[in-house]
Amino acid sequence: MPQAAKRNLYPLGFLVLVAGLPLVMRDNYYLHLMILFLMWVVIGSAWNLIAGYTGQVSFGDAAFFGCGAYTAGLLSFHLGVSPWWGLALGGFTAVAVGLPFGWICFRMRGAYFALATLALNEVLRQGATIAEKFTGGMVGILIMPSFTSKLPYYYVALAMAAASISSLRWVVRSKPGYYFVSIREDQDAAESLGINTHLYKMLSLAYAAFWTGIAGALYMNYMGFIDPHVVFSLHDISIMAILVGIVGGVGTVYGPAVGAFLMVTVQEMFRSGFFGLFQWLGAVSGSESLAKVAVVLTQAHVLGFGILVVLVILVLPNGIVGDWPKIRKRVFRLDAGT
Amino acid sequence: MDVFLQTIVAGVLKGGLYALIGIGMTLIMGVMGIINLAHGQLMMLAMYVTFVLSTMGVDPYIALFIAMPLLFLLGVAIQKFLLNPLIKADTILPENQVLMTVGIGMVVTEIVRFIFTSDYKSVTTTYSERTFFLGNISFSVALTIAFAIALAFTGAMFWFLLKTDLGRSIRATAQDKDAATLMGVNTGRITVITFGLGSGLVAAAGCLLAPVYYVFPDLGGPFTAKAFIITILGGLGSTVGAIFGGVTLGLAESLGATYFGMEFEDIVGLTIFILVLLFLPGGFKRLTKV
Repeated sequence: MPQAAKRNLYPLGFLVLVAGLPLVMRDNYYLHLMILFLMWVVIGSAWNLIAGYTGQVSFGDAAFFGCGAYTAGLLSFHLGVSPWWGLALGGFTAVAVGLPFGWICFRMRGAYFALATLALNEVLRQGATIAEKFTGGMVGILIMPSFTSKLPYYYVALAMAAASISSLRWVVRSKPGYYFVSIREDQDAAESLGINTHLYKMLSLAYAAFWTGIAGALYMNYMGFIDPHVVFSLHDISIMAILVGIVGGVGTVYGPAVGAFLMVTVQEMFRSGFFGLFQWLGAVSGSESLAKVAVVLTQAHVLGFGILVVLVILVLPNGIVGDWPKIRKRVFRLDAGT
Repeated sequence: MDVFLQTIVAGVLKGGLYALIGIGMTLIMGVMGIINLAHGQLMMLAMYVTFVLSTMGVDPYIALFIAMPLLFLLGVAIQKFLLNPLIKADTILPENQVLMTVGIGMVVTEIVRFIFTSDYKSVTTTYSERTFFLGNISFSVALTIAFAIALAFTGAMFWFLLKTDLGRSIRATAQDKDAATLMGVNTGRITVITFGLGSGLVAAAGCLLAPVYYVFPDLGGPFTAKAFIITILGGLGSTVGAIFGGVTLGLAESLGATYFGMEFEDIVGLTIFILVLLFLPGGFKRLTKV
């Protein structure tokens, strides 16, 4: 009992902290970052279930993300329905796309599945670009945002992140959760024990597609604009989802949340030139070279991001949460056992 | 009829180049069992090498002899310092290596963008635009030369894999890494050499493509996609399969572009990719048994 209480205490405390954050922090920019962070928690957790727990690495999260976003966008664009309906329906559209795909592609193993998800994403992106009459093509879809303030979006995103993490916790501690892990560890052994691996892989995919689709719908509502290159982007969505999972820790419940926080911060740090630090230093010291560093850094933000990918995989292949004992030992010089 | 023949010719010529791109990938995939998602980006790098050399007045076909060794060394370094350490690391997901190649691809693209900006460059030569005619069918001179060189490289590669000791070691590693290690093959060294060879071959493709195509940092991604469509089509690790795969993709793309419209060019490749995955999981290797 104390064990279980302790297990719930930290996340709950953190949840209360995050819920209370807007009371203290009124700056729209930081609220925006927090909303992005919460959205990535949802996507990262979803990716973590299919890849980290079931071992089926998906390179096509953007496909489900885009499905959700386009569901919300198209409903509003063609039928004038509030895009908030997308939050309810976007997840199901993504599942509707994901299940037939999974039914076909789960016969393939390992890297082949990853490739097939990549292809699915490309097909959807090309499709959304070509079907100009229906989706607006390259021009994209623009909707009026429902709220001018960021607060409602913040709490919707927070509710989603909390729901996705608690559902992930519930799933991985239930029977299917253990089946998922058995498939990851040894598919043949799992099959020989009578587990219908095809079915459970599909379930895992459906879960991941559902939450990613919902996150996509939230994105549409929040940003008010989507086009095929944004929501079906390999780098910005699919790779980012994998990074969030890997940096945080694959196969851990809270890993993606840690990863999401870190990745959103790092991405923004590079994009804004360390939150304007260098620009400010340049302005204060009057030195031209520091101002130039700021410009160069903002231009090279993808480069910094790429180098980070390489370093993280090299140094922390199991992510921060997964390699936490190692980090404690190396960085804080504490013994892992104590 | 002329339109149809012209389409076929264009497709086959393009297919020769695609084959050269695919062979590098199929080698890497076959030997190491990982997908190299930085393949197109390495080709893009070779194209920039060609571009820089051509501004100094070096012909692309001579630049080939500079770009290939350079990319070979880069490939060796990537495998040795970035990919091999991952094999030893104890991780949950084997796909870490694939993700690593994605990271490498991003870094390569962004470094190039940093130096050359995103502008479209072109390598202009006297033969870039020249064509010759057989009957009513036109042949692009640059593409025909590229086709011939690509065939020569493919043949050389085939001979190398079949007849030399190193080639035999590579094939042994591809078939069964553990068994090859037990037979005294230094598999660590073989993977390093293979990645180098794969990069060198795709560098050759880049040099051959440079005179007839625009050069820009983002062209890596689409060509990586093409490379693994070819690899899947041909079957993993099969050199002959890569030729068939390359020519099939080239043909399908030009037929699609002629008879459906330009915007369908990419979708045709993806459709073939999915169909092959579904109905012919081993690729053409299954049919030819080579």
